[in-house]
Amino acid sequence: MTSADPSTRLTDHSLEKQTSPARVLDVGFWGLTLLLAISAGAVLLWVIVQTAIAATPAIQEFGLGFLWGTTWNPVTNVYGVLPQIYGTIVTAFIALLIAIPLGIGVAIFLTEGFAPNWVTTPIAFAIELIVAIPSVVLGIWGIFVLIPAIKPVFSFLNTYLGWIPIFSGNAAPGNSILIVGLVLAIMIVPIIISITRSTFEVLPPYLRNGSLALGATRWETILRVLIPAGLSGIVSSVMLAMGRAMGETMVAAMLIGNANRINISWLRPGSTITGLIASQFGEAGRTQVAALMYAGVVLMILSLVVNILAEIIIRRFQNVE
Amino acid sequence: MANSGNQPSFVDQGNDFDISDKTMAPHRRLTGQVLTILTMVFAAAVVMPLLWVLVSVFQKGVSSLVFPDIFTKLPPPPGLSDGGFGHAIVGTLMTLGVGTLISVPFGIIAAIYLAEFGRGTKLAYFVKFSCNVLTGVPAILCGLFAYSIVVTPLGSFSAFSGGVALAVLMLPIIIRSTEEALLLVPNELRLASTGLGATRFETVVQIVLPAAVTSIVTGVVLSVARASGEAAPLLFTSFNNNFWATNIWEPVATLPVLIYFFSILPYKASQSLAWAAALVLLAIVLLFSIAARYFSRRKTF
Repeated sequence: MTSADPSTRLTDHSLEKQTSPARVLDVGFWGLTLLLAISAGAVLLWVIVQTAIAATPAIQEFGLGFLWGTTWNPVTNVYGVLPQIYGTIVTAFIALLIAIPLGIGVAIFLTEGFAPNWVTTPIAFAIELIVAIPSVVLGIWGIFVLIPAIKPVFSFLNTYLGWIPIFSGNAAPGNSILIVGLVLAIMIVPIIISITRSTFEVLPPYLRNGSLALGATRWETILRVLIPAGLSGIVSSVMLAMGRAMGETMVAAMLIGNANRINISWLRPGSTITGLIASQFGEAGRTQVAALMYAGVVLMILSLVVNILAEIIIRRFQNVE
Repeated sequence: MANSGNQPSFVDQGNDFDISDKTMAPHRRLTGQVLTILTMVFAAAVVMPLLWVLVSVFQKGVSSLVFPDIFTKLPPPPGLSDGGFGHAIVGTLMTLGVGTLISVPFGIIAAIYLAEFGRGTKLAYFVKFSCNVLTGVPAILCGLFAYSIVVTPLGSFSAFSGGVALAVLMLPIIIRSTEEALLLVPNELRLASTGLGATRFETVVQIVLPAAVTSIVTGVVLSVARASGEAAPLLFTSFNNNFWATNIWEPVATLPVLIYFFSILPYKASQSLAWAAALVLLAIVLLFSIAARYFSRRKTF
């Protein structure tokens, strides 16, 4: 910080002494930017601390048992979020299961020259636009368009693959864990594509050329050289996508059905932490608000772990470059 | 690297050696072809939902979009039809206005420190790290945060608290894009300005910021686009209101929250209003995003 100290710098570089008002303004401006930069860095901390404070009554009352409690009963003030933690993780898992192969495949398609620019540019643009679609619009689309359209597929899965636990249960597929996973996959695919793409684009050209020169086919180069070389970028894109999937609220609130139990079957309704908070906060009493804040703290910890890991992986990767 | 022009040609006709893929072992060629087709199918599969959403929102929304009713009328009582959602458009503008007023000056000034004064310092690293993590914090937690710092002390849901929640969402986007914009300004400009005797304040305000203004505006527009579609943080901050709100200390309806509440009501009329609102919201958000992308392509330097 000493090198940025304004007084030393100014005397070093100016031939004459600065006029006083200009100098005050300069130092004042420097101080203001410093102050706001520190505050901006502290906002994250403030969000964490403030949510934790609001959750304190519930943390004191329920302790860690909150994490494996399976009842959520505002009448008797007994709260536990295990079904919600389960739902959050399972929906994010389904979304990743769909989005990872799609995302990596499309990133390869866009970077490795399988199609001319006039094909890839509009596709890349369309993918960027998916990010801009408000999640509540995807939610209403899910309720009134996707669920009716996909019903036959769900009944098919249930009828013929019902012996697999995840497709078992009554064939009443509407709001369900799987539908949320599907819509979340649509939302997170662009994240995986864009980061994987930029990872491939910064790989040194000699990797590609060397492999091709040794007689590998284009796909052998991609699978055995480029993907391993870009693995850290891909992994961090997956982490960021997972964080996004776990934190997405409106899709979960509108499509999961908010059933407060652990359903092994993906065709049955479930519940997520975000869906729980969104659907219950409006009419919550005092203790329930604290319990919902506690659920928020749990979500915060989950997403912080994922995001910080992603950040660290990205940074390590950048240092290698 | 991104285009086909850089790909080495596998067929060299002037040579005696046939190195085209025809001489390749069949399984190697086949695997490649299958994978190539697969990625094309994937690309189509990823673009399809976008088209599907756009078409269905347009189809369902346009039929219930009655001008100028949607701007001037309030939604009907449950079960009845007609009406509009002018109050939600006003409410959206109010929360976005508050969010923008808080986050834009804050973000730009903080980014000036990162790019101009504190480049490479530990503090800048920490701020950037924290901003990146903040981008990944679920939007609903920004709502819980604003609830506990604004709604609880003031005792009422308000447009202002919604704006605070949106500001937390917008801040990291603005900081990162402004910082990048400032870093793109060539250093010669700063040196020239300092060489002429300008203070750092004068250099930043009169030289660097004007040079980077297009990119900064792009970042601001993108952050507004992102915030305008968010419903989750507004559910328990600006909440909802079925009437025209007059000041920022009252609860207000916003388009995303209105879509959420109306789409889960069992009435046909409410649902079609929700679709109309979805069409308006989608149009606004996509226009903003496309505009931002358009501006970001026009490089100043």
